[in-house]
Amino acid sequence: MSAMFKLVGKPAPRHDAWAKAKGDQLYSDDFTMPGMLYGKALRSKYPAAIIKSIDTSKAKALPGVHAVLTAKDVPMNVEISKFGQMKDVGGGFEGLYKVLADGKVRFKGEAIALVAAETEELAEEACRLIEVDYEVQPGVFDPEEALKPGAYIVSSDEGENESNLIMESHINKGDVEKAFAEADVIVENEYRVPPVDHAYLETEGGVAWVDDNGVITMRVGTQVLEHYRTIAKVMGLPQNKVRNMSVPMGGGFGGKEDITVETFLCLLANATKRPVKMVWSREESLEVHSKRHPEILRYKTAATKDGKITAQKVEIIMDGGGYKLLTGWVQMYSTVNAPGCYNIPNVKVDSYSALTNNTPSSANRGFGCCQANFASELQMDELAAKLGMSPLEIRLKNCLRNGDEICTGFIPQGHIALEEIAKKAWEGLEATGPKPDYVDGKKIGRGLAIGMMSYGRLTFMHDSSRVGLRIELDGSVTLRAGVPDLGGGQASVLCQIVAEELGIPMEKVHPYIMDTHLTPLCGTTTATRQLYMSGNAALVTVKVLKERIIKKAAEMLDAKPEEVQLINEKACLINNPLKSVPFVQVVGALSNDGVELFHEGQFNAPFTDVPNLHDMKGRIWPDFTYSAHAVEVAVDEETGKFEVRKVVLCYDVGKAINKNSCEGQLEGGCVYNQGYVTENMGWENGITKARSFAEYLIPTAVDAPEIETIMVESGGGLGPYGAKGVGEPADNSIAPAIVNAIYDAVGVRLKEMPVTPEKLLKAIQEKNK
Amino acid sequence: MGEQRITLNVNGRDYDISIEPDMVLADVLREKLDLTGTKVSCREGECGACTILMDGKACLSCLTLAVQAQGKKIVTIEGLAEKGQLHPIQKAFINHGAIQCGYCTPGMIMSAKALLDENPNPTPDEVKTALSGNLCRCTGYVKIVDAVMAAADDMKRGENK
Repeated sequence: MSAMFKLVGKPAPRHDAWAKAKGDQLYSDDFTMPGMLYGKALRSKYPAAIIKSIDTSKAKALPGVHAVLTAKDVPMNVEISKFGQMKDVGGGFEGLYKVLADGKVRFKGEAIALVAAETEELAEEACRLIEVDYEVQPGVFDPEEALKPGAYIVSSDEGENESNLIMESHINKGDVEKAFAEADVIVENEYRVPPVDHAYLETEGGVAWVDDNGVITMRVGTQVLEHYRTIAKVMGLPQNKVRNMSVPMGGGFGGKEDITVETFLCLLANATKRPVKMVWSREESLEVHSKRHPEILRYKTAATKDGKITAQKVEIIMDGGGYKLLTGWVQMYSTVNAPGCYNIPNVKVDSYSALTNNTPSSANRGFGCCQANFASELQMDELAAKLGMSPLEIRLKNCLRNGDEICTGFIPQGHIALEEIAKKAWEGLEATGPKPDYVDGKKIGRGLAIGMMSYGRLTFMHDSSRVGLRIELDGSVTLRAGVPDLGGGQASVLCQIVAEELGIPMEKVHPYIMDTHLTPLCGTTTATRQLYMSGNAALVTVKVLKERIIKKAAEMLDAKPEEVQLINEKACLINNPLKSVPFVQVVGALSNDGVELFHEGQFNAPFTDVPNLHDMKGRIWPDFTYSAHAVEVAVDEETGKFEVRKVVLCYDVGKAINKNSCEGQLEGGCVYNQGYVTENMGWENGITKARSFAEYLIPTAVDAPEIETIMVESGGGLGPYGAKGVGEPADNSIAPAIVNAIYDAVGVRLKEMPVTPEKLLKAIQEKNK
Repeated sequence: MGEQRITLNVNGRDYDISIEPDMVLADVLREKLDLTGTKVSCREGECGACTILMDGKACLSCLTLAVQAQGKKIVTIEGLAEKGQLHPIQKAFINHGAIQCGYCTPGMIMSAKALLDENPNPTPDEVKTALSGNLCRCTGYVKIVDAVMAAADDMKRGENK
């Protein structure tokens, strides 16, 4: 089958690679408009306070200032947001979206007022002139404290002001207590994982204006075009009067999944009737946009003496920060992934999320899964160490295989390659040579971790995607898709699929993407769903047109449709390629006949009902992608510093439709998750200490390890041509493999990230006492 | 502050412009000359996205005052292609899948150019060191290093023709 592909599976350069290499690609910050004003947000000085009054008179009086807005100027300042989803899901999965703070300030840096002025400096000056009278509150900064009776209540808004509990969710499978009573060994540990900033190179920004038809129009890079609906609602406008002509993002990683500048820009443009630009500074971006959820995860595992896990009991406490945002969704990922990618007969998971006065938590590549993966993969090695088994052995003994059910009782339809990829990753590392004890005076260790993560949305969201195609009379093709491109090649792969099916070169398919008014809505670039959802939508759509073309070509070739194929810009007989007619001639003939040369098709994911959160059962996602990472580290026992020397990663990607893009996701995800081990936001009582890239240190080219990428292509995914999604699953199982490798090197396992040299050195010294 | 007239030589062309004396080069390139290929990401010299060449050396345009750039030859990403032909580094970035979101790409390519102009035969470790001031959050740097190594080969072959 694969030999038949002309384009699928090749490392094709993406359609936008040339513009990006030349510096021609325009991003949100690259637009300037005549008469443009600059927007700024005044942000809270305190993480917890009551706003008693706001006086904007001095700011408004400053010459050159055109608008100063506070909560009372927003038509609907508080809205219960569906976060871009089309289905009414209900209570726990929708969240309060507040445009500007009123009542209680819930985190430091929350926006209180907006200013539009003729220069950026004037806008900043106007912000300084706004007088806010705060009554500072004690706040609460620890999710466990926040859940105690009598805790400081974070919210003053209806429905949230009774307690700080956001959601609780539970899994009960089998009988864990019986399994613990009968166990040969029991391992109990607590793990803690920190917040993570997305640290995209492009901060949040964009421009907005009111167009000549009165439509509020913006150019803002976002992962969720569908936010235009929420923006319309808070502005009191119909949804067809708010438009985002969006632009590619300079990175997203989940940080542009919630609304960032869009509403602020639209409010200011509407108030001033002038174009307005707003771009967040790096400091602003680090302080105010949402982070990965910090979590406390408590594990109790039971096993037989030959290493079969009989029970896994997990308690999870998640820090949601000042606003709920996507916490309920993220919690589904942490809860269901808590037991790990293993076949365990008895499972109990109890998870709780809380509002605190920390920066809000929301989507970050890995979305609750990588937290649970970190903890469960350390727990596996703790168990292996107790039983005297190797990390590979314990995993092979327990990992999920085809036909096994996950903790909710669901049996994945897609292929489960955990056994194969765990072996390939570990053997790949061993093949680099025997492990030396020391290199350059540093102790060497090797570690392994495996994982699973879903691709595609939570199935109870009832996800769908649409793609539009038009064949032009010269045989070129216009693809229209509201597919936000954050750098993963989300749009380009759709062109590749269409070109493959029509037998034309990829450069003959031109994509128009990301315009809420003009492109069919593809849904969000989140949840590793675009290749799966929009790839399938492109396939559904192109097949309708292909059928029309083949039918006409068969007529022209005096053959049956099943005897005709499209290849090399021709329609030809499968058994006699010399008998052919040019693609463009078939298109012309169809046009003469009045046959439609356009189509918009839709793909729907499997739909389920919302699970009972007290006893979650059944399908929660369409399918999973499985990962394995074998890692070699070098630890300096004198300083506690460590480096990641080598990573051998192995994934079953189903089918690598664009080889370069697929490898690029796996390599990029590897280094992103490597950063999880060391990156440090430095939160202290709601204050972010890491306010620049000098303090928030992400891996550089020198820090990144030597990476060997092994892709298994089982064809067992639910995406086009059997592909699985890789974007977020790529950000899984590296961090625990690193921490497990450090244990192999120096015999200490830090159960709390970030792993700083100070912490590691202290642990080494304590062990050597 | 009053505006000041300066002349900047950018991509082989002289521009007479009027600027605030405290403007950094990155802003002048982007706002006065409309050369938005140079990106600004951190404004404190930590990320390398704003890297340009000044008299052949890699230079952080977000930390350089535009007035300091007078009399120097400045090359930005827009000036790298010659007669419509992409520079070998640009071609290698395209063909090796070294570009994802593309926001670090201009700065990354300019740093690579500065390296290869000085050291046409770098080892992968030397490439990593030369690019260590250019942050990328998408790629894991693997394909970027591959692209620079391939470009070095390509440039040598070009010279031997």
